[in-house]
Amino acid sequence: MSDILKSLIEIVGEKGVSNAPEELWFYSRDPGVLAPHKPDYVVAPKTTEEVQKIVQLACRENIPVVPMGNGMSLAGLVIPLKGGIVLDMKRMNKILEVNPMARYVVVEGGTSQGVLKAYLQKNHPTLRHSIPDAPSATTIAANVSLHGQGRLTNQYGFNSDMVTGLEVVLPTGEICRIGSPSIGPYWISKGPTLPDLSGLFLGWLGCTGIITKVGLKLYPNKKIRDAELFVTDRVDLIPHILYKLTHLEMLEDINVWFQPKPLMFLGNYHITIFFTGDTEEEVEFKRKMVWDCLQEYMDSKDGGFMSIQYMKPLLLEMPGRNIADFADVPKGGGFEYSGPIAPIEHFPQYAAKVIELAAKYNVLYASTARLISGGHCMMYSISFAFNRNDPAMMERVEQALTEATAFALDMGGIPWKPNFKEQKMTLERMEPNARKLLLMIKKNLDPQGIMNPGNWEVNP
Amino acid sequence: MTYIRHIEHENIVHRCFRCGYCKFPTDYSDFNCPSYKAFGWDTYSPGGRMWLTRAWLAGEIETSERFAEIMFSCVGCDNCKDQCVFPKFKDFLPEIFQETRAELVNEGRVPPGVRDYFKAIAVSGNPYKLPQSERGKWAEGTGLQPYTNQEYLFYAGCVGSYDEVGQKMAKSVGNLLAQSGISVGILGNKETCDGNEVRAMGEMGLFAQLAQANIEKFKAKGVKKIITLDPHALHVFKKDYPALGGKFKVLHYTEMLAELIKKKKIKLKSYPVTITYHDPCYLGRHQQIYKVPREILKVIPKAELSEMRRHGPDAFCCGGGGGNFFTDILGTAEDSASRVRVREAVDTGAQIIAVACPNCAKMLSDAVKMEQLEDRIEVLGIAEILERARK
Repeated sequence: MSDILKSLIEIVGEKGVSNAPEELWFYSRDPGVLAPHKPDYVVAPKTTEEVQKIVQLACRENIPVVPMGNGMSLAGLVIPLKGGIVLDMKRMNKILEVNPMARYVVVEGGTSQGVLKAYLQKNHPTLRHSIPDAPSATTIAANVSLHGQGRLTNQYGFNSDMVTGLEVVLPTGEICRIGSPSIGPYWISKGPTLPDLSGLFLGWLGCTGIITKVGLKLYPNKKIRDAELFVTDRVDLIPHILYKLTHLEMLEDINVWFQPKPLMFLGNYHITIFFTGDTEEEVEFKRKMVWDCLQEYMDSKDGGFMSIQYMKPLLLEMPGRNIADFADVPKGGGFEYSGPIAPIEHFPQYAAKVIELAAKYNVLYASTARLISGGHCMMYSISFAFNRNDPAMMERVEQALTEATAFALDMGGIPWKPNFKEQKMTLERMEPNARKLLLMIKKNLDPQGIMNPGNWEVNP
Repeated sequence: MTYIRHIEHENIVHRCFRCGYCKFPTDYSDFNCPSYKAFGWDTYSPGGRMWLTRAWLAGEIETSERFAEIMFSCVGCDNCKDQCVFPKFKDFLPEIFQETRAELVNEGRVPPGVRDYFKAIAVSGNPYKLPQSERGKWAEGTGLQPYTNQEYLFYAGCVGSYDEVGQKMAKSVGNLLAQSGISVGILGNKETCDGNEVRAMGEMGLFAQLAQANIEKFKAKGVKKIITLDPHALHVFKKDYPALGGKFKVLHYTEMLAELIKKKKIKLKSYPVTITYHDPCYLGRHQQIYKVPREILKVIPKAELSEMRRHGPDAFCCGGGGGNFFTDILGTAEDSASRVRVREAVDTGAQIIAVACPNCAKMLSDAVKMEQLEDRIEVLGIAEILERARK
């Protein structure tokens, strides 16, 4: 047994470490198209102190450390590109505090979206968090560390904007609290009115530290949720429609999607409009406002509301379990997407690009855009499904996604959860002093370069 | 020696997205896969098994003790099948895991506990290695007679026949059946193992042998209707025996007791107690029998039924399915299924965990002791509860 394995066992016990071929094989890959790379160890800590000791050991021995939630970014962000330790954080899954009056929750760094949802439903039914469409096993810390979005993103911004404080283990082993919990007992602000240090960790994909606790804003959970589905075949109208809808300032979420299968969806653009209320009266008022707002498109016969009687349970489900279905359309178990953040006025160009890329690479597409912060921008998902038993198809999907990211960068968009190749493409286009600042931060926080190496690596 | 590995559904294993919905109940309140809950590695989840099976079939990983442990730690609870979000292949997940175990059996690479189980069944006819002559002792004093063409055969199974907790359960059912005056008999020391766990663990040859012997015996004795104590036996009699020529009308004992209560052949007095009901996987998810046991408990005057958060189709397994009752691969640590389950039961405020399966009864009874909860809750079979309510 190696000294490192012995040391890891001393920290987390035998049941918390594995270097068995089965775990090394499984934790070397994610469900996306990127090639696997094996870790040397998989370690599952249960406490912040254990994480600290693991990082201190990694520091001493110069071993890479890759923190992992459920590994569902699909972009290979937890593939240990340079080996080392994969930290499976899911055993740190306690909900530590809910402050119902201040509307925040504090959770451990491996707590899943699903468990928090269930906990709030049972114990604080008037509160909710912004549930992403990722599977329920995905973790809150991973979601904010990659600037995830969720059901409340149209109203309140990226899920990382909803953070109210962090506890992190720095790459040099110190435990550090960020925001108001660094001063006192309340997890009410990740930054303001202090210098906002949360930006040193949010969006860094685990390259600057390991998030062991997250404070997260909670929001009113209205008694009724409902949805309408507006359909048009005029892609050029989409930005205008979205602009009008966001002007209402009363909608929970707005998603735009189009896909070629089943055939009933081909050629149309679908806008799912979600709204909530505590009374039927409130809901009906919002519905009327939505209909009135889009009346002109119905008058011009450019669009209309589709009956969603049978689809409604699926549309309202959180997370949307049927989203994963796309992976099985080619009977193959996989899909991956590029998700640039872009202005809504570019929707028609992105839509054309998706169709062009799908034809060029002979792959199946689905596309969904989610509005962010009332329409300041959107996350534009360019998704391609693949058959995991068809390496050539996986290669084509990878090429299509790379081209999609290049297109997004050309259009002035920024990639969401970029893989290591897309990070390089992004850094190449970044203003030199911004790139230099990233390098300064990374070098100062992680002087040995042990945290998720291969990601956000800036060459001097 | 190099094996060419093959399983019937190998054209499906690559379709798993490893999204993880399979680990949860419908409301996501906790992990609902007993082996994932106990071991905490993604490899021990249904998605992990799917991906590892694919790697193993492709020769990317070799057969190892750990691989075998991962495969045999599946308790066959069917939660993954119900929760998987891929309707086109979700129903095949348990079969894929069973076929992988069968292939490991073919290779002769199974955990020692599994090997010992097969040997005990093959040699002694029961997993306890106890004499066949003792198989019917549980029935002494119940008034049940040997089967001689009565309307029903009451089949106790291995756990009901030999395990102390199982015997108590079998005895209570036997008492009620005998006293209610229905035409029922038992095979006693002529009864043999039903083979459900043998099949679940992949020893298909031994299973075929057991099943065929049972079918021939039942037919020779003129058995047409069977009441089982054990939902595992119920399941295998209903699902697997017909394909081998064994077509019988099979009932779980709770179905029979519910009928007898309706016909007022079992009369109940007041029994003021709070009960929580634990759904056995082989009765619930496998056979879709959720209402009947609850209906029985609800008719007990002054008894109150308090559900656990995870109940019905979302119930958390006791950890005793898929042969784990005998092999104990899940272990008895704090996160083992049975201990988690009794803590959940205590949260309901109930004084009794009602069970309808002797495996669950034993698993949960042991867990109550391990959790030192004996002064707060006890585990009783439904017939045992009815016996108390008759006094």
